[in-house]
Amino acid sequence: MSTEAIKAKPKAQDYATDQDVRWCPGCGDYSILKQVQSVFAELEVDKDNTVFISGIGCSSRFPYYMNTYGMHSIHGRAPAFASGLKSINPDLNLWVITGDGDSLSIGGNHFIHALRRNFNLNILLFNNQIYGLTKGQYSPTSEKGKVTKSTPVGSVDHPFNPLALSMGADSTFVARSMDRDPKHLRAVLLRAQEHKGTSLVEIYQNCNIFNDGAFFTFTEKETKGETVLFAEQGKPLVFGANNDKGIKLDGFTPRVVNLSEASANELWIHDETDRVKAGILTRFFDDPSKEGALPRPFGIFYVEQRSNYETEMIAQVNKAVAAKKANLNDLLRGSNTWEIK
Amino acid sequence: MTVVKEIKEVVTILFAGDSGDGIQLTGGQFTDTAAMLGNDISTFPNFPAEIRAPIGTVAGVSGFQLNFGSVEIFTPGDQCDVLVVMNAAALKVNLKSLKPGGVIIANTAGFDKKNLRLAKMDEEYTIQADKKLDGFKVHEVDVTKLTRETLESSGLGTKAVDRSKNMFVLGFLYWIYDRPMDNTINFIESKFKGKQDLIDTNIKVMKAGYHYGETCEAFPTQIEVKPADIEKGVYRNVIGNQAAAIGLIAAANKAGLDLFYGTYPITPASDILHTLSRHKNFNVKTYQAEDEIAAICSAIGASYGGALGVTASSGPGIALKGEAIGLAVSLELPLVIVNVQRGGPSTGLPTKTEQSDLLQAMYGRNGEAPVPIIAAQSPTDCFDAVYEACKIAVEHVTPVFFLSDGFIANGSEPWKVLSEDQLSDITVKFAPPREESDAAFLPYQRDEKGSRPWAIPGTKGLAHRIGGIEKENLTGNISYDPDNHELMTRLRQEKVDNIANYLPEQKLDSGKEGDKLLVLTWGSTYGVVKTAVQDLQKEGVSVAHAHVRYMNPLPKNLSELLKKFDKILMPEMNNGQFVRIIRDKFLVPAIPFNKIQGLPFYSREIKAKIKEVLN
Repeated sequence: MSTEAIKAKPKAQDYATDQDVRWCPGCGDYSILKQVQSVFAELEVDKDNTVFISGIGCSSRFPYYMNTYGMHSIHGRAPAFASGLKSINPDLNLWVITGDGDSLSIGGNHFIHALRRNFNLNILLFNNQIYGLTKGQYSPTSEKGKVTKSTPVGSVDHPFNPLALSMGADSTFVARSMDRDPKHLRAVLLRAQEHKGTSLVEIYQNCNIFNDGAFFTFTEKETKGETVLFAEQGKPLVFGANNDKGIKLDGFTPRVVNLSEASANELWIHDETDRVKAGILTRFFDDPSKEGALPRPFGIFYVEQRSNYETEMIAQVNKAVAAKKANLNDLLRGSNTWEIK
Repeated sequence: MTVVKEIKEVVTILFAGDSGDGIQLTGGQFTDTAAMLGNDISTFPNFPAEIRAPIGTVAGVSGFQLNFGSVEIFTPGDQCDVLVVMNAAALKVNLKSLKPGGVIIANTAGFDKKNLRLAKMDEEYTIQADKKLDGFKVHEVDVTKLTRETLESSGLGTKAVDRSKNMFVLGFLYWIYDRPMDNTINFIESKFKGKQDLIDTNIKVMKAGYHYGETCEAFPTQIEVKPADIEKGVYRNVIGNQAAAIGLIAAANKAGLDLFYGTYPITPASDILHTLSRHKNFNVKTYQAEDEIAAICSAIGASYGGALGVTASSGPGIALKGEAIGLAVSLELPLVIVNVQRGGPSTGLPTKTEQSDLLQAMYGRNGEAPVPIIAAQSPTDCFDAVYEACKIAVEHVTPVFFLSDGFIANGSEPWKVLSEDQLSDITVKFAPPREESDAAFLPYQRDEKGSRPWAIPGTKGLAHRIGGIEKENLTGNISYDPDNHELMTRLRQEKVDNIANYLPEQKLDSGKEGDKLLVLTWGSTYGVVKTAVQDLQKEGVSVAHAHVRYMNPLPKNLSELLKKFDKILMPEMNNGQFVRIIRDKFLVPAIPFNKIQGLPFYSREIKAKIKEVLN
């Protein structure tokens, strides 16, 4: 076999920079960075045509570690920078990296508007339910009653459900994955990259310093079987350590059924194009320690094909350009002139 | 009857009435006609903040002041010669703006009991019995009744008929000032194209007003204002915001860049958005963002992508953009930030003018974050100043402030039509693509101007990371090194200071070195001060005037120029901002002179102050 014509397939490390990664040892961010780099290698992503834009927070250091174009911007505003950039260069492969504080607290406004406008970009929301970079205050996704440095007797805030919020903002791609399941994360990232629109991927990420184990119920082998539901397109919603439970819809109310007592065709078949069912699925948000809690779903909840903001914006410009040739002298002159002789 | 003509050099008319009375349109038409007859002109609309304030009330009064003449005009005028009032509230609000002995044209229908009540005036009030009007020439005209009679047989309802009463006033004034009606007839025909009944009624009412002037004998003389001796050529009329919008398009066009305008609606800047959004054929992308912060961030994103990114607002919006401006300083990307200033603080006076955001532009950010600033001096100068702001932003790879204000943004003046080839070139230098074998790309390596390369995503071999954390010199990698931070702070400052080497030196607008007093101005006070200083020079007063456009960096020779004068007077529509900068930089005892009323200075106020300082 000749070697000369073959360009080496990129490796994951080709997408790493020479900068030392400065997250705390054991941080869930490492795993996410690795999966993104590995997905890029698999897709042979052109690094010169790729941009990562982030806000502020631990996760927002991400662009420094990707050997692509990158902008570490200001707190909460990454989607706003991305919208301007995408309007100018719609062909860029654009990723927004954000955390729960960055996107849902200080940047809540930009987050929802980005989703409704549906620019073609991917938003990875690293949710660790805590403020890490500022050393441990509760976040808008922290559970009520959370005891932190800023809430010594427990927080009184009702937390956001990021995916329900995204559905409310008419997001066209809503998904959830976790740092501790590389295979699942990888599959979700591939789908997000494939989707033409704003892909919102919430990633449960462990902060081993300030909120260690926040998601262990969903991520650890001992418990995940009973608490996690992996939704797969066209398949019934089944979970349980022995795959012995399923979900059925009773009107609009989801109920857990024992598979030995229910027939297969009674079960909820996951359909990621069904907005109503996706809405219900994002509402599976029970405290897993409570009796009768619904399992926490992971996977792709909802996908919709809808036109992108940048496509429509550019179409308007192109239409105007075609309809009337731009003539600077005419513009300078205006329509109403007089002459002084 | 033989009409005697009286010749005047300059006339100032103030039209005032309800914001629904068509005041702005009447004023605008009179202006256009005056311009076409070769008068020099300057206008200033003054409207209430509420879109439809209650009819007949003092809060609802809208005004349009027009100054036109056979001599050069630099301001919309001080007190007016003629005050046209459509109702009692308009008279109550504007009487103080009329010169002693001036003319009042009052629509008597606007002084009925209901209008008097709405204006919170005595219901028994009559114009004839008003002692305050002694010394003025008052002409009472029942415009409403005359308009209704004109259109008696038109079949239109009273409401529709009353809407055209402003045309009666316009016609009446056209007769007084001996102006032809053709221009307005053309305007009416094009505005109401396809609605023949509206065309007919409006023209009919205007003509009725004109003939009323001719026959009523209230005015035995017509007033003639001859054409001004202005430079030959083709002219158009332009308001400041319109000129700024055209300037942005022209700059992007000359630079060969897409224009991206990220903004959020705010008075008095929104008209720039409205104008730009109608010119998409120039590759203009307007983006109405979710808030002021997103507006500037989207513009920075667009600049990062290789467009000319522009954001605009007024003071409150600029305050919200502060953090992002700091990021643009740190990223070192081209960006133009437009601030159409209004009265502050907070919401302040949204429709009124003020120059009180200079220190905000200069210092309103955390950390050491220098931003070049250019301020426009007149409506037409909004074009030149914003064009220069774009040129500096692109050629020096930096955010730049363009300061305008409500006075010039909404004011108008004739503009000699420019052609494309009269505009200076704008040179864009994108970092070129790089091969693997080439030397490493250094995103913070500076050129002779002190600027870093503009390296846009999608360019081969230039993948790099930028951000708001302090960067290592040359590589742009994160650096917390103390010496590096000091170096970078100095380099960013030097880059901005260095722009002065590319700017024209400061000149005197009038007067000479060694005059007893220098009046130093910036922004929209230009015309008023120019008029005042020139008047005093004619009287033999030893006074000079210099006007600063480049607020940061200041012209290199300014220090030297200031030393040539014993006294420096600095009028500003704020509580003393530029004066602080001048005192700070040059250690000169400049004297502040401040007006903080949401209104421009009058020349007479400037003249009085100059005399006071000199005596």
